[in-house]
Amino acid sequence: MPQTRKVTLDGNEAAASVAHRLSEVIAIYPITPSSTMGELADEWSSQGRTNIWGSVPRVVEMQSEAGAAGAVHGALQAGALSTTFTASQGLLLMIPNLYKIAGELTPFCLHVAARTVATHALSIFGDHSDVMACRQTGLALMASGSVQEAHDFAAIAHAATLATRIPFLHFFDGFRTSHEIGKIAELSDDDLRVLIDDEQVAAHRERALTPDRPVLRGTAQNPDVFFQAREACNPFYLAAPGIVAEILRRFEKLTGRAYSLFDYVGHPQAERVVVLMGSGAEVAHETVNWLLARGEKVGLLKVRLYRPFDAEAFVAALPPSARAIAVLDRTKEPGAAGEPLYQDVVTALAEAMAEGRIEALPRVVGGRYGLSSKEFDPSMVQAVFREFTHARPRNHFTVGIVDDVTGTSLPAEPDFDIEPDAMVRAVFYGLGSDGTVGANKNTIKIIGEETEHQAQGYFVYDSKKSGAVTISHLRFGPGPIRSSYLVRKASFVACHQFEFFNRYDMLDAARPGADFLVNAPYGPGEIWDRLPREVQEEILAKGIRLHVIDAYRLSRETGMKGRINTIMQTCFFAIAGVLPVETAIAKIKEAIEETYGKKGGEVLRRNFEAVDRTLAELKTVPLPASVSSRFARPPIVAAEAPDFVQRVTAVMLANHGDRLPVSAFPVDGTWPVGTSRWEKRNIAAEIPVWEEPLCIQCNKCALVCPHAAIRVKVYEPSHLSAAPPTFKSSDFRAADYTGHKYTVQVAPEDCTGCTLCVQFCPAKDKSNPKHKAINMAPQAPLREAERENYSFFLDLPEPDRTKPRVLDVKSTQFFQPLFEYSGACAGCGETPYIKLLTQLFGDRALIANATGCSSIYGGNLPTTPYAANREGRGPAWSNSLFEDNAEFGLGMRLAVDSHRDAARDLLARLASGLPAELVDGLLAADQSHETGIAAQRARVLDLKKLLEGRPDADARRLLLAADYLVRKNVWIVGGDGWAYDIGFGGLDHVLASGRDVNILVLDTEVYSNTGGQQSKATPLGAAAKFAAAGKETGKKDLGLIAMSYGHVYVARIAFGAKDHQTVKAFLEAEAHPGPSLIIAYSHCIAHGYDMAMGCEQQKLAVDSGVWPLYRFDPRRAEEGQAPFQLDSAPPKIRVEQFMKNENRFRMVERLGKDRARQLTVAAQRETDRRFRQYQQLAGMTPAPPPAVETAPEPKA
Amino acid sequence: MDLTTTYLGLELPHPLMPGASPLVDDLGMVRRLEDAGSAAIVMHSLFEEQILVEQHEAFLFESNAQSHSEAATYLPDPGIFALGPDEYLEQIQRIRSAVAVPVIASLNGTTPHSWIEYARLIEQAGAHALELNVYYLATEILETGEDVERRTLETVEAVKGSVSIPVAVKLSPFFSSFANFARRLDQVGADGLVIFNRFYQPDIDVEALDVMPTLRFSTSAELLLRLRWLAILSGRIDASLAVTGGVHTAMDAIKAVMAGAHAVQMVCALLKRGPQHLTTVREEMEAWMEEHGYESLRQMQGSMSLVKSGNASALERANYMRVLQSWRMP
Repeated sequence: MPQTRKVTLDGNEAAASVAHRLSEVIAIYPITPSSTMGELADEWSSQGRTNIWGSVPRVVEMQSEAGAAGAVHGALQAGALSTTFTASQGLLLMIPNLYKIAGELTPFCLHVAARTVATHALSIFGDHSDVMACRQTGLALMASGSVQEAHDFAAIAHAATLATRIPFLHFFDGFRTSHEIGKIAELSDDDLRVLIDDEQVAAHRERALTPDRPVLRGTAQNPDVFFQAREACNPFYLAAPGIVAEILRRFEKLTGRAYSLFDYVGHPQAERVVVLMGSGAEVAHETVNWLLARGEKVGLLKVRLYRPFDAEAFVAALPPSARAIAVLDRTKEPGAAGEPLYQDVVTALAEAMAEGRIEALPRVVGGRYGLSSKEFDPSMVQAVFREFTHARPRNHFTVGIVDDVTGTSLPAEPDFDIEPDAMVRAVFYGLGSDGTVGANKNTIKIIGEETEHQAQGYFVYDSKKSGAVTISHLRFGPGPIRSSYLVRKASFVACHQFEFFNRYDMLDAARPGADFLVNAPYGPGEIWDRLPREVQEEILAKGIRLHVIDAYRLSRETGMKGRINTIMQTCFFAIAGVLPVETAIAKIKEAIEETYGKKGGEVLRRNFEAVDRTLAELKTVPLPASVSSRFARPPIVAAEAPDFVQRVTAVMLANHGDRLPVSAFPVDGTWPVGTSRWEKRNIAAEIPVWEEPLCIQCNKCALVCPHAAIRVKVYEPSHLSAAPPTFKSSDFRAADYTGHKYTVQVAPEDCTGCTLCVQFCPAKDKSNPKHKAINMAPQAPLREAERENYSFFLDLPEPDRTKPRVLDVKSTQFFQPLFEYSGACAGCGETPYIKLLTQLFGDRALIANATGCSSIYGGNLPTTPYAANREGRGPAWSNSLFEDNAEFGLGMRLAVDSHRDAARDLLARLASGLPAELVDGLLAADQSHETGIAAQRARVLDLKKLLEGRPDADARRLLLAADYLVRKNVWIVGGDGWAYDIGFGGLDHVLASGRDVNILVLDTEVYSNTGGQQSKATPLGAAAKFAAAGKETGKKDLGLIAMSYGHVYVARIAFGAKDHQTVKAFLEAEAHPGPSLIIAYSHCIAHGYDMAMGCEQQKLAVDSGVWPLYRFDPRRAEEGQAPFQLDSAPPKIRVEQFMKNENRFRMVERLGKDRARQLTVAAQRETDRRFRQYQQLAGMTPAPPPAVETAPEPKA
Repeated sequence: MDLTTTYLGLELPHPLMPGASPLVDDLGMVRRLEDAGSAAIVMHSLFEEQILVEQHEAFLFESNAQSHSEAATYLPDPGIFALGPDEYLEQIQRIRSAVAVPVIASLNGTTPHSWIEYARLIEQAGAHALELNVYYLATEILETGEDVERRTLETVEAVKGSVSIPVAVKLSPFFSSFANFARRLDQVGADGLVIFNRFYQPDIDVEALDVMPTLRFSTSAELLLRLRWLAILSGRIDASLAVTGGVHTAMDAIKAVMAGAHAVQMVCALLKRGPQHLTTVREEMEAWMEEHGYESLRQMQGSMSLVKSGNASALERANYMRVLQSWRMP
């Protein structure tokens, strides 16, 4: 056998590497956790990497997974070898085409990183609910359980589909396998050539639709023939398992790795057997081996080919001695007789019994495990085997959770640990921004390549996009690593951020005698006293060795600007002893060179210096004999937090959500609002500080704050008597508020330190213009006092919403934001719009939110940022899907209208028994302003009092519906991926419907949430994933399309460029009685620059004409005016001046100056053309292209 | 007419060439300059800051990466991209293959640090000579003039030590003892001195309380300072001399040569009037020289220098007194 190359990669890359080499047409669409497969395929093709036949696969990004499936279907019909990658809802969108592709017996292989299908909640994590929804389509289903298998079965599936003509769905567990890094034996191009039969490829080509040999497919058939024709494919399905088995034998001969349709592992006379597939089978494999070594007669049957299900082969693979079989499904099918695999096993055994192939029917039970990547570890496998020791083992059980409602769960021993001591197990707590994950990926690579050891890495992220915590789980050791679960008994634990001691029990995962590495601003003599009591206790109880380094100081001293990754990586090697430390350091330096080689000397020099100085700086701490700390870890949430937050949210925040039982949760996914206020994250190193004498009270700081962490209030001076000593206030300068006080207050523990407010503040100290009315200052010394100030500030009365005569930037910022402290990125360009929406209309808004960034920071647990005001009113928010959000919102509108109409009808019917003035007032209310709404609310209150206690059915119904007499508005919110691409059809339909909905498109010009893939909103010249060389076509003009209806209100806004136009657009959109569309420029980390400059870039976007501001109001047409108003001046600067500040544009230049120049010229031309078009719409004479050649450089 | 000159050891048909500017970013423009008869092509500067900043930007930009389950990164893999400095090296190669005249690359930096390796890479990329621009504003209050001079000398020495092509040093006039400093540069091996750099002088926006970077074209008036220092240095150091800043006409060029320039660089004049202006200046120079009975450029080179002019006092302090005292209120 030739020497195989060992490579270290994740499951996605393992599968994609095969798929790319065996395909000609690849249609893709991003969806977590499969996006990486499409990205890699695109990247490889753009680098000119070829398939095994020497051609570069064509990769095309589609507008949805349904589109990708359609494109694949077409490519297959026309005779190409085609593939795609997807998961979850994406897979569901492909189902109609899967039926077709299978019905037409077309060789095709689809790779799925299996992910939970959204039910009561969305989950990006892994289980089999998506692939199980495809088992009826006619596709073959093939399961991989590890990174190596994802590689191997990808190849086997491609070979099998050609051989059987049945399309294959190859799947592996999302995240657990798709994102696990492992060391695998790579299949070479030659290996693939051996596996793929060229004649079968030729046969596929011969079946191609071609006008040279025309045939017709896709007929419509009638009752006379459809049934028979459908049965005609049977021989292919009957033959398939045998053909696959033969391919598996060839594969073994080729690689030495043996697989069967069903792989049995265990005692030859096993009595208890578990059956499962996917990564869980690896855990069961490890556990069975351990139990076997202890004399237990147990076994495991791994299912490889799940469809077509070869019942005879299944029974034959079971040891005849098996008297008890537990079938584990990683999916839930409510209401079914059992989960799918269980039902198949029961059927197979019952048929075998009926046909006399077995003598006795074993006891078969089924259970669920691992939904949404729930941990599945040996203790749970052990729990399943142990259940059979009971006389009446539970059927339809769950394992891995505590089900205290219906009692399905099997108890597991949490301390059950079977991993050998030779296995190095390490857990690292880091921040996304400190490079911990990157360094650990590199560590795996080093160990994988430098030693004979196997290596495994898995990374857990928290759900926040700013200040995200990462936990890396690494294993190294001899022999295969089948432990597809988090490290629980670590021999090494690292804390890369000292403040984590306040939040996490990091030593929970440490085994006795483990090494504990801490990055702390304290020396070995000082650190002990800085640790909370619980930590000291745990260190002494477990006999843990404590090591300390001040990595941030070292990083600063060596010019690494706060990057600590290579320093901490060096410490790991020094302590863990997996490699001689000199070898490890040499390898770390090699990796640094590889990463930064092209980027030159200085970075290398600084990195090398940091690494070289690390060993001298790393100290082992001599430990005292007893606990001496005088402080304990602070509570996760404040004592005054509501019961649900204490019982549920706080447990999740402490990383112990796994411990919550079923009874802790709402039955239908309904969740309380406003819980983000209890999560005090303290992630800002510096926070804004208000300088009241300089402040011009414009409230712009509050407007731009993405996290509602800077707020303004105006109040009677009497309130100040109870103010904390450092609470600041000044006289409010406004005629109608004489004598009032004014305060700008920062939420010190919620601020992310993004500095947008400071950048945006227009008030400068005239003697020292660097100093503004708000300036950043270190958080730690301010925290205590500002916490108290903020608490006092929140208790100050909220303003009277009916008082402002005009609603503008300033007055709206006194309204309470009902969207606060979200998990959005620091400096997010989307959230200021949402916050403004909630300030203006939150108390009467229903929000339909498309899946994407805004649904993640808006609704990803543990906490919820949408909040209610003091009257208990606030935005009612929900997320349906990615593709259907406009329709979802329209449905809300129809329901609300229906409730309102019903209430009005009932009111009319009951009018005789009610005061006429009240009824008339309710029916004729003008609710176009805050005063009108307040008056209507008062009337409804009166009405309810009159209806209260009345026994008649109409009165009871009206009591329920009365609140709908107050105007409600529906907001449909989502990103450009939704509005321009996947949801465009629905959006267009809803616009056409004429219904009164408000659509807010947060346009970041890429799919931000899934990692920056291009959308049709991506501008010409920008590099994005799937458009690495820069997008060549212009941005779709969604606004113009919407305007073409004539009845749609359309506004294009950018708060950083013209905030008063932004506020005006929101007010007009809401007031417009028909559909409204607001397209909001949202700067984003995917644009590649410091988000602190977000507003500056917005200004440049507008000043260059790239983002013209306008409002199209159909009501103006009714008044005889031009409905289109251009709100931005003709371009003042060249487009290039906007582009050069963002890496998404600059990257293109790095690919080649000529191309970059061409794209820049094209972008300028496109911008000029569009601006002229808008000028014509506005009835202006189009201006000549901008004459300004050079303009002031943007402030850097 | 023999206009030949020797600059940085390069034998040139005449002294006229474009000074360092973005003019040569475009290959078409480079070809037009050659067609206009440019004696050499001086490229725009690759900045030390650009080298370090790009290294660091690429290094620090990853701070958003590996932070969230759904996306490990937010932009296409930058691994396949070259940085600005690498493009510069490619541009040298492109210009070399596009034109036959010597190519003088330009490196702008002030510290003897690791960016200096780019000097070597520039040589490898095929530049015939290197102009090292030590554009430096001594804003640091604790830094002495001596510190600045020492660091500059170290930088020049380090660059000289890493390449074998000739190295010219482009300087500002802000050295307290410029003649002495020029001599020390000469001693550490500078093959030429280019005088002088023009500093951009930011303006103030009184409304926004902001500083505005401005870029104003030079005028012939700026030449006078250069003429004076050319004349002071000419014949007293081994390094060849180039003038930059303020040469707009043939008469300007002639004065510069008379003051001692071996090479005459033009930027603003070419930016304003296009590359063909270089031909005009050369033709007018020739005509003037013929008219005045010159046989070669070398004949006039340095003729008006301090050493040769015989009217040394006109360049020295005495002249200052005389001019001031003869001045009368109009």
